[in-house]
Amino acid sequence: MSNPADLKYSKSHEWVRVEGGEAVVGITTFAQEALGDITYVEAPAVDDEVEAGAECGSIESVKAASDLISPVSGRVVAVNSELESAPEIINQDPYGKGWIYRVATDALPDDLLDAAAYEAVCAQESH
Amino acid sequence: MKMQTIFEKSVPGRRTTGLAPEPAQHRASDLVPGELTRSEAVRLPECSELDVVRHFTQLAKLNYSVDANFYPLGSCTMKYNPKVTEVVAAMPGFNKVHPLLARIGNGQGCQGSMHCLYVLERSLCAITGMEAFTLQPMAGANGEFTGVSIIAAYHRAKGRDRRIMLIPDAAHGTNPASAAMAGFTVVELPSRDGMVDPEAVKAAMEKYGENIAGLMMTCPNTLGLMEVHLREVAALLHSIDALVYYDGANMNAILGKMRVGDVGFDVVHLNLHKTFATPHGGGGPGAGPVGVCERLIPFLPSPRITRKADGSYEFLPDNPESIGHVGPFYGSFGVLLKALAYILRLGGEGLERVAEYAVLNANYLRAKLKDVLDEPYDRICMHEFVASAPAGLKALDIAKGLLELGFHAPTMYFPLLVHECLMPEPTETESMQTLDAFSDAVHAIVARAKEDPDYLAEAPRGLPVSRLDETEAARKMHLTEDM
Amino acid sequence: MPYIPHTQAERDHMLATVGVQSLDDLFADITADMRPQSFLASRGLPEQEVIALCEELANRNQSVLSFLGAGYYDHGIPAAVDALAGQSAFLTAYTPYQAECSQGTLQAIFEFQTAVARLMELDCANASLYDCGTALFEASTMCVRAARKRKIVLDEGVNPVWRNMLHTYAANLPMEFVLVPHRDGRPDKEALIAAIDKDTAGVVVQNPNFFGVVCDYADVFAAAKKVKAFSVVAVNPVLQAVLKTPGAMGADIAVAEGQSLGLPLNFGGPYLGLMACTKALIRQMPGRLVGRTHDKEGRTGYVLTLQAREQHIRRAKATSNICSNQNACALRSLIYLSLMGPQGLRDVAENSMEMAHYAARTLTAGIEGTQLLNEAPFGNEVALSLPVSADLVVQRCLAKHKVVPGYPVGRTYAGLDKVLLVACTEKNTIGQVGILLDAMQDVIADILQEEALHG
Repeated sequence: MSNPADLKYSKSHEWVRVEGGEAVVGITTFAQEALGDITYVEAPAVDDEVEAGAECGSIESVKAASDLISPVSGRVVAVNSELESAPEIINQDPYGKGWIYRVATDALPDDLLDAAAYEAVCAQESH
Repeated sequence: MKMQTIFEKSVPGRRTTGLAPEPAQHRASDLVPGELTRSEAVRLPECSELDVVRHFTQLAKLNYSVDANFYPLGSCTMKYNPKVTEVVAAMPGFNKVHPLLARIGNGQGCQGSMHCLYVLERSLCAITGMEAFTLQPMAGANGEFTGVSIIAAYHRAKGRDRRIMLIPDAAHGTNPASAAMAGFTVVELPSRDGMVDPEAVKAAMEKYGENIAGLMMTCPNTLGLMEVHLREVAALLHSIDALVYYDGANMNAILGKMRVGDVGFDVVHLNLHKTFATPHGGGGPGAGPVGVCERLIPFLPSPRITRKADGSYEFLPDNPESIGHVGPFYGSFGVLLKALAYILRLGGEGLERVAEYAVLNANYLRAKLKDVLDEPYDRICMHEFVASAPAGLKALDIAKGLLELGFHAPTMYFPLLVHECLMPEPTETESMQTLDAFSDAVHAIVARAKEDPDYLAEAPRGLPVSRLDETEAARKMHLTEDM
Repeated sequence: MPYIPHTQAERDHMLATVGVQSLDDLFADITADMRPQSFLASRGLPEQEVIALCEELANRNQSVLSFLGAGYYDHGIPAAVDALAGQSAFLTAYTPYQAECSQGTLQAIFEFQTAVARLMELDCANASLYDCGTALFEASTMCVRAARKRKIVLDEGVNPVWRNMLHTYAANLPMEFVLVPHRDGRPDKEALIAAIDKDTAGVVVQNPNFFGVVCDYADVFAAAKKVKAFSVVAVNPVLQAVLKTPGAMGADIAVAEGQSLGLPLNFGGPYLGLMACTKALIRQMPGRLVGRTHDKEGRTGYVLTLQAREQHIRRAKATSNICSNQNACALRSLIYLSLMGPQGLRDVAENSMEMAHYAARTLTAGIEGTQLLNEAPFGNEVALSLPVSADLVVQRCLAKHKVVPGYPVGRTYAGLDKVLLVACTEKNTIGQVGILLDAMQDVIADILQEEALHG
């Protein structure tokens, strides 16, 4: 599985990339493949306070819906507005153009996983 | 040829006169101030009567229906809807009555309709063993909401704040959705061998104790199996005064064989559009009456109907303990009438035969399909059964293959516990020849698909459309002509 | 055995195939202690006896001249509505889960959604809800979810039947209703605006309101928008042919009782909840939605869509628990609207309004001490203030003249015991209003005389 090594992951299949004092959040290849063709992304709004481990939005496909659980805490500073009209970007490029929101944050929670540990979680779920 | 919409068939200025009255002498703007009126005419179709007749006659031809096709949709009980029930429901003496006529004087204007309501309530009590029924809920899910609201009201009246509703993992989605609407937190119970597991109930009771308000169960369950631990499970819940709810979706299997009121259920909803043969209407209207045991009667929706000593009927004043009004009046009367006519036609003995032949048909079909589909529960089923598509095939593809051969598909991908699930429910009104033909079709489809793996991917052929792009529909949201 | 086709030979063959001896062997899992001691005792009847029995019961209902409305109206229904909606290919189909063999139902729902959205001048509509009361509840929960606030400002002029239902449905939910009293049957718009504050999720009004009063709520809805609250209006779908639309007033959600559009009164149902909303609220909508799409060959087709909102996918987190809706009723209303067209629906609305205005003039002129409850504009229903108890007048008129002059408002509004709500449709005639006048004059004279005798 090609989960970038420089990212951190949550057990609920979100990824986080730290860029300066901000964290960028998206969902993983495993998650977007499980959902299938994504039809809608309900992201938090700019200035919302999100909390690590708490629901902050949802991702929908034709036959499924999945909660978006924020892997980090902080204030939302930007949201990927391209997903509004083209949610399929997440299917095409989940770790790049498919980012969902950015949070101003100083620190990541301790319980986030590295790529190897996350892949172990995925392997277990695939059974 | 593309099937145009009725709006596309519209021709400016065309109409059939004499359906609506002649234009009034006053325009709306003469009767109310002009600024309160609409600035543009409604863009409705402008068609002749024949245009409209032809349009909707052609549309009807694009549907499969019980009257034209075998429709073994599991959990939905797509039995034949007897025509006599339509005759009864269309009687002008019934369908022209305004509901508020019952509130005028002593209801003398509508005693015939009130008699029907009363008789149907008493009949449903006799059929289920419950003490009282409300006919108000307008569909199955609406009945579920009513039932769980009654459970909430019962605990509240006892001064308790109980928040947990236990629901088996294989339950219909409406169960958790209804419980949530009544303010409950849903705790899912894992099944064992396809059954509600008393050990899982005990574990939940240890964890949540007297915060448990009740348990919602479907029986036979959504796998088509009789729940064998019913009494034990009910006794466990009753030991903490939690209530047991019966989802009547699968009632067709047990008519006359078991009354849910006798075996410990406290609240029950029935789907008249399933068990009692009222037509599904392409998705409603249904009716979801709710029956309760004696101690829950005060919480039933208002108004309740009663028969007086002189044989006349009246609606009682609203009871302060009642959950209130789940429907505007007394239920979907037109649907209730059809169910009443069906019950009158069959009687108690006829209803018991329904269960026997519904279960016989399901088991016969199960036996016929055993060699071609994987059957995870190899035992006598009730009115329906679950099966998995054989290795390498998808349930969806088999379903589409059946459509191509003129059969409606079984329910698919439910319950989620069963891999590549197909759930056929033949109902008692289908003949052996129809079941044989369906079985032959499944055999033919599977054999062909094993030879030619691409064959099913293109199914269904020969229907008005082939498989439709659901992703496009969800992304583009073209929900009206104007969007 | 009615409706069970099996011959004895077939039954025996099938039992053998299953591998059991008797039908009862199939029920071995229901042990003896669980079998019923009694069951429905009645015997089945031949078809003709069922019809005769039901005819006798139908005839026990009285044939009356009725001016009852209160949200449910006796409009004319073209014969083609019954003929077309009654086709068994529509009636005996299930919810269109298998799109390829359900294009008839699906396209009809798409057309219904279009018609409802156009009637309301809003972006989209759903495939129907049970009735207007449940539609109002669902609209209120949409406001609460979308605004992430709890308070609903509710006008007292909203039909009390529907307000009762709102309270039943919201009883266990984190929602709070603030009731704004009417003034002599008119909405108190200043009080509505004053009741809207930063905690308000939605404001709910009705047009025409329960008393028949027609109003423009644009200023109320604008006040709601300022505090990021949503606006809900319940309308009369027939009068919507001529009255200012929810969209034009700036409403976010419109609901209606669709019974007037080709459904018989039927003693309370089945009825039809209409719901339309702005595009921004689509994902908050309850119930089914049909969308247009294409198959692989590029042919246009229709499917159920945005199902991730619904209970079969999102279970406890769904926007609603609704599954079966009122599809056959929605089909009736679509056929009705297609037969009427824009001009026909307008003619129905204007004739109904005109007759109500005629009745109001006739009754106020012809019965001493009878006047309009207020001077506000009204549609096809009007509130009259009588010199005596409206309840008594209605009871006596039914008993003595087989006429029901309307709904006695005091049943649901304290202090309005003398107020009568009179509804008319295009079916009513000047002659019928004359009969109504005679009946009311007669019983009111009786009542006044009795009151004089008994002091």
